[in-house]
Amino acid sequence: MKTKILLAAATAGVMFAGSVLASTLDDVRARGKLNCIINTGLAGFAAPDDKGKWTGFDVDFCRAVAAATLGDADKVNYTTATGKTRFTKLAAGEGEILSRNTTWTFSRDVDLSQTFVGVSYYDGQGFMVPKALGVKSAKGLDGASVCIQTGTTTELNLAEFFAGNGMKYNPVPIETNAEAQELYKAGRCDVYTTDASGLYATMSSFDNPADHMVLPEIVSKEPLGPVVRHGDDQWADIVAWTLKAMMAGEELGITSANVKSLAGKDNKNKEINRLLGKDPLQGISKLGLSADWAVNIIGQVGNYEEVFEKNLGMSTPLKIARGMNQLYRDGGLFYIPPIK
Amino acid sequence: MSTEMYKPGSYPNLPPPPGTVGFYGWIRNNLFSSISNTLLTIVSVVLVYYLIDGIIGWFLFDAVFDADSKIECRKINDGACWAVITRRVGQFVYGFYPEAERWRIDISFLTMFIAFAPLLYPDLPKRKWLLWFSGIYPFFAFILINGGFFGLAKIEYSLFGGFMLTVILGVTGIVCSLPIGILLALGRQSKLTVVRTLSVCFIEFMRGVPLITLLFVASSMLNYFMPPGTNFSILVRVIIMFTFFSAAYIAEVIRGGIQAIPKGQYEAADALGMNYWQTTRFITLPQALKISIPGIMNTFIGLYKDTTLVVVIGLLDPLGIGRAALADTKWNGLSTETYLFVALFFFVSCFAMSRYSLWLENKLNTDHK
Repeated sequence: MKTKILLAAATAGVMFAGSVLASTLDDVRARGKLNCIINTGLAGFAAPDDKGKWTGFDVDFCRAVAAATLGDADKVNYTTATGKTRFTKLAAGEGEILSRNTTWTFSRDVDLSQTFVGVSYYDGQGFMVPKALGVKSAKGLDGASVCIQTGTTTELNLAEFFAGNGMKYNPVPIETNAEAQELYKAGRCDVYTTDASGLYATMSSFDNPADHMVLPEIVSKEPLGPVVRHGDDQWADIVAWTLKAMMAGEELGITSANVKSLAGKDNKNKEINRLLGKDPLQGISKLGLSADWAVNIIGQVGNYEEVFEKNLGMSTPLKIARGMNQLYRDGGLFYIPPIK
Repeated sequence: MSTEMYKPGSYPNLPPPPGTVGFYGWIRNNLFSSISNTLLTIVSVVLVYYLIDGIIGWFLFDAVFDADSKIECRKINDGACWAVITRRVGQFVYGFYPEAERWRIDISFLTMFIAFAPLLYPDLPKRKWLLWFSGIYPFFAFILINGGFFGLAKIEYSLFGGFMLTVILGVTGIVCSLPIGILLALGRQSKLTVVRTLSVCFIEFMRGVPLITLLFVASSMLNYFMPPGTNFSILVRVIIMFTFFSAAYIAEVIRGGIQAIPKGQYEAADALGMNYWQTTRFITLPQALKISIPGIMNTFIGLYKDTTLVVVIGLLDPLGIGRAALADTKWNGLSTETYLFVALFFFVSCFAMSRYSLWLENKLNTDHK
């Protein structure tokens, strides 16, 4: 009941906000800062460093949008939101982008009147076990005790997966990720299940991460991506193409190191010229962006690969493999429309 | 054996036999009086030794106070890794408040004690002058912390956090809720129907709704009732909710105090020809408030600790800062150290409040025992 009222209010707010605010881009430019809604703290995605500067995969996306629209990746105000408050905060105009590991679902997109502009990270629920358990596949988990956060979609996914494979399990209900870490370390449960990125984060906090492994089975679809308010297509396009420009950068071999030199010369690959503003890209003025928008994004933040490797990849404690999160040509799911 | 003779009643007081009083006497009587007692003592001492050795060792001797990450901590020693706190102490205290502007918080915090002193200690010299400062302090602190006047840079509320946020929420809530609570308590006892009904409705509504719901209302719903473009800071919204919530509880505590005053007191006031306000000011409130001190302080401490609930609406109080620190891959997994530190902060502030209330109770005690 309460949720319904909240949803209704959110919807009303969205329509109201959409009809009054002329252009999100103008607001951002007038303010000189982008307001970005991020997680209160999730390893690899959004966390403050010792100096109080926010870093992470989701944070870098906010920076990319600021680089595209304002020409400076540092012109971002971060507003933190919990899972419960994120959509209302976006609807109420406390931020222009919600970049907070948010799963794209039908009801969130349609019922809550949000616009999901794309997928920046394909996540999915996985299982973590100690290597000593000797299990190589989630199909071999019959009879295991499983630490599971109550009241989440992961609980339902778990039940469906085990029932679907005719297996039994003992649930060990927990409230928070920190609690799960302690119980799992103490051996109270054989398996811990949550989104795979969360499993890697948990594993990296152990004293001996090599003693544990994430099983290959991923039992749910969690496409995470940035969200904007309904009603401003120009802004939605800007955010969507910022993401695509980062991926195109990887595809075309443009990195933060070579973007300046590539932008300065006439390249054989005309797509590079169009992306970096050397050759005209028709319609860019309709987005309200300057010709060097992609140079700013890739130069100040990096292409998709750089951002992924910096925050989540093998050189970080998280050690997340690219998996589904690679370009189509490398066997992943990112297939970027042509830049022409 | 002395053979000296004494007159009856003049025998001098001799010291007690050695080993029955003083340090050794106490030990012999209490710890080693029998075999079972002796055994118990030895077992306990061994247990306490191992406990203290383990705990103190973890806390202090084996602990690491400075390192770049958890992994480095573990390389140095296997005790607590306090580096997560020492490296982020600025964040725990000021949140994300810009480093160059932190002096503004320091000054506001220190002058807060000057502003509170005349209110908390009635015997202070030059109290009248200090009271003037107490009066202007809220505006002074607001201008200093928030900025936007006199060339001070405006600081976004989203940068507020840490202990500073707790103190702002807690102190403002406490200071504003007491007068509102007193008015509500008087309103509930009033003979005027409208005043009484409104007070009862307000109190019962606020007490009937969980605080967390009010916080969600503050964070999400209130925005829809405002005209678009009004920038009504979430901090103000949350403070209003905290104040209303605790005012309702204070009102009921004070009502208890008012009702505990014997009827004879009112009759005496009536006999002296006092009107309602005189009775309230000179007879009812001084006695009612004195009775209610423990209850009021209880509510205040509860409110102060409840400020941690703002974490669910995404404000980064010490608990939120702690969680954010744990999300940094460098410090991931140091939850024990982080939560212990936050707990220590809350214990110190709440214990101080509780001691003050005890002191005040004793000072105002007029019982003729």
